[in-house]
Amino acid sequence: MSKIHVSTTVNGDAVEFLADPRDTLLDCLRDQLGLTGTKEGCGTGDCGACSVQLDGVLVCSCLVLGAEAEGKTVATVEGLSTGPDLHPLQRKFIEHAALQCGFCTPGILVAANALLAQNPDPTETEVRYWLAGNLCRCTGYDKIIRAVMDAGAEMRGVN
Amino acid sequence: MPKDDLKTAYRLVGTRPNRPDGLDKVTGRARYGADISAPGMLHAAVVRSPHAHARIVRIDASKALALDGVKAVITRADFPTGLTGDDWNLQENTLAGDVALYDGHAVAAVAATSKLLAQDAARLVEVEYEVLPHVIDVDAAMQPDAPIIRAGTADHSVPEGMHPNVVKYIEFGHGDMDAGFAAADLVRAQSYKTEATHQGYIEPHACLGQMGEDGKGEMWVCTQGQWYIRRMCSAVLGTEASQLRVTPSEIGGGFGGKTTIFMEPLALALSRKAGGRPVKLVMSRAEVLRATGPTASASMDVKMGMKADGTITAASVNFRMQGGAFIGSSPVGEALSCALACYTVPAVFHQGYEVLANRPKAAAYRAPGSPMAAFAVESLLDEMCVELGLDALVVRLKNAAREGAKASYGPTYNRIGLVESLEAAMAHANLKVPLGPNQGRGSAAGFWFNHGGETSVSLAIGEDGTVTVSVGTPDVGGSRASLGMMTAETLGIAYESVRVNIVETGALGVNEPTHGSRATFASGLAAVEAAKQAIAQMCARAAAEWGIDAEAVEWLDGAAVPAGPNAGKFPPMSIAEIGAKMGSTGGPISGHHEVTAGGVGASFGAHVVDVEVDPETGRTTVLRYLVVQDAGRAIHPAYVEGQYQGGAVQGIGWALNEEYVYGADGRLQNTVFLDYRIPVASDLPMIDTVIVEVPNPGHPYGVRGVGETGITPPLPALANAIAAATGARLRSLPMSPPKVLAAIKAKAHG
Repeated sequence: MSKIHVSTTVNGDAVEFLADPRDTLLDCLRDQLGLTGTKEGCGTGDCGACSVQLDGVLVCSCLVLGAEAEGKTVATVEGLSTGPDLHPLQRKFIEHAALQCGFCTPGILVAANALLAQNPDPTETEVRYWLAGNLCRCTGYDKIIRAVMDAGAEMRGVN
Repeated sequence: MPKDDLKTAYRLVGTRPNRPDGLDKVTGRARYGADISAPGMLHAAVVRSPHAHARIVRIDASKALALDGVKAVITRADFPTGLTGDDWNLQENTLAGDVALYDGHAVAAVAATSKLLAQDAARLVEVEYEVLPHVIDVDAAMQPDAPIIRAGTADHSVPEGMHPNVVKYIEFGHGDMDAGFAAADLVRAQSYKTEATHQGYIEPHACLGQMGEDGKGEMWVCTQGQWYIRRMCSAVLGTEASQLRVTPSEIGGGFGGKTTIFMEPLALALSRKAGGRPVKLVMSRAEVLRATGPTASASMDVKMGMKADGTITAASVNFRMQGGAFIGSSPVGEALSCALACYTVPAVFHQGYEVLANRPKAAAYRAPGSPMAAFAVESLLDEMCVELGLDALVVRLKNAAREGAKASYGPTYNRIGLVESLEAAMAHANLKVPLGPNQGRGSAAGFWFNHGGETSVSLAIGEDGTVTVSVGTPDVGGSRASLGMMTAETLGIAYESVRVNIVETGALGVNEPTHGSRATFASGLAAVEAAKQAIAQMCARAAAEWGIDAEAVEWLDGAAVPAGPNAGKFPPMSIAEIGAKMGSTGGPISGHHEVTAGGVGASFGAHVVDVEVDPETGRTTVLRYLVVQDAGRAIHPAYVEGQYQGGAVQGIGWALNEEYVYGADGRLQNTVFLDYRIPVASDLPMIDTVIVEVPNPGHPYGVRGVGETGITPPLPALANAIAAATGARLRSLPMSPPKVLAAIKAKAHG
């Protein structure tokens, strides 16, 4: 089966790649574009490690075909901070020790960023339910929740 | 060394600096097992048995090999023969020989020019099976009519007349059991079961391997132990260990499950067969769940005698555990040793059986064996306290093991912190929160041995006085930070001036994996010793320059200073000055330390959980959770808390939700995270922690190791809390809503 030519925008850059019709967006990001920050933990949309934003919508990139990215915009963890400074979420994750192995971290950062964009002042419960699709096996989530709420506070200018 | 002799005011130890690998891990730059590629790389896929037990009659790979781009297919015939003992187990598990022993057992592997092509080719490999009867449950596998999984596996310890699936028997104890039980006011015996659970690391196993016909090879792999990978792959392939260079990737969780091999030799064997081209092999989640180390399932009897005042007079345990179809894979020995380790009991007796079943080869999972044992023993203790009208925490404190006590498993305890942990738990504010309807509070204690093990660390002073530390224990949860802090503390320099690298097998002597809660303990101990060696050399360089004896120089705040009669004669010579000149003062300055680390400090903890059980559905909600554990010394308290919280939540998952579900056909039914459901953020409250510090005299900074004990108490603590909330006692895990609801109904009708 011949491959599909895909033109899309990833983290603000125009890119092109050839996708097998069966390749997921996750496969294309990792294998075609070398953006390995987005992780595959399950391939079935259960773990959230592959979370990206597609035209601003939070999705599991393992459940999107690479060909579906045609003409769209994709935002991955690599695009969270492109300048000299980290995104507040990234900085708060380090400061709060909100990662142990770090494998789920990119997906959680992308998901949390999507949350704070639409709900800048979430309650603990709202953060917990928003991130219920992002599995972390190391931390028990405690420090992750604190880091997200603290980043939200900073982004609101509270501290 | 008495506790007070240990310096308590440290400059860095006990602070919370940013971890040095944090930046890489929040930006997506950190490279894990599947994140690397090599020129000319092939991709592999594995053909797996769909049967729990089946003779492999024929494997025909001709259709796969006929596909354009398929470069190699391997079967067991490509592996050397004649292996024995655990090497044979590893080889047999990597690729089945005559018989597939469990659903998901690998039978062949394919390498091709793309991942999709490899998967297509794997589906074209034709395997003819003769399906054999299977057995899954540990008790069923011991019954006279159970199918025999592998005759002749049992070792000499097994009593005559037992089923051939019983492959190992262990017993030990001390004291007069009859007298002990006779002295009790209450004697109770109960049986408990736990189902297998998986470590559930989010990163599937992944490796990139290359090997030539000459047996020289390289591997990039997500692992807790690169030397274990080297040794095991070499044994399976019949190659020489030193010819295989293994580089550990960043590791996306392990919890014990990445201390062994599952598919790594396949990548090397495929590479060798494909002319030495590198081969990348990445498991799917279903492969991880079907074919990599879950923990054992257990069936356990416990009997305990207690006086009316709560004194435990005698206890016996009889555990049956299956760890798959391979001898030595269950943690039954550890389970027995952990079972009564929290208490000083005059008479104890332990019996344990390892049993084969048609399940994947079990691997270590955080405090292997201890959670199951704790579930049985701490549940019965709680039941008896309820019957006697006693506070279970008070009873635990009354019987708690202390320094100088003979442990239930033999040795005499050095300085330990169970009493301090129980007292801290009892004093915590969570215990004063009033409970409402359908709510209950449960507690439990937990234990893990901790481990030292083979350790090799080197340290080098840079030309600018900064320091590189090379360690062999992969960083699963912040150990670069704790090792860098201890090194900087010892050298009297800034934390930021130390870089800790996790290095490949060619760079150091043999290291055991990051397992047994040993990384911060053993690599830390060795890093401190290596730093002291470097300090001695730097003092000698300064002494030579000053023309005084090396003994007349001491190291203070990152500099050599003249001491004694020479004090003040020369200005301090900083590590930067010494480093800048070292090429002309005698050459590079480094330190190294190699040891099989002793001085291990045992780990104890106590957990208290409050739950609410919905009487309509049987669903248990964790309202608040408290972890108290003795760290010895918390080098980086935030990552110690993280270990406590993560361990507790894995235990909560094991207690409430997680289990391997098998169909009547012996196939695993829940092979995706949707069905093998680990705790998610919305299931949980914040996890409160108290770090108790009773320093381990066997470590320069008092470290014990903190990784494992935390998974142990949640199983019984939750059972005890659910019993307190509902009056219904569950003695089988997981305590899923249907089982809790059934228990509540049985209680109401009973």
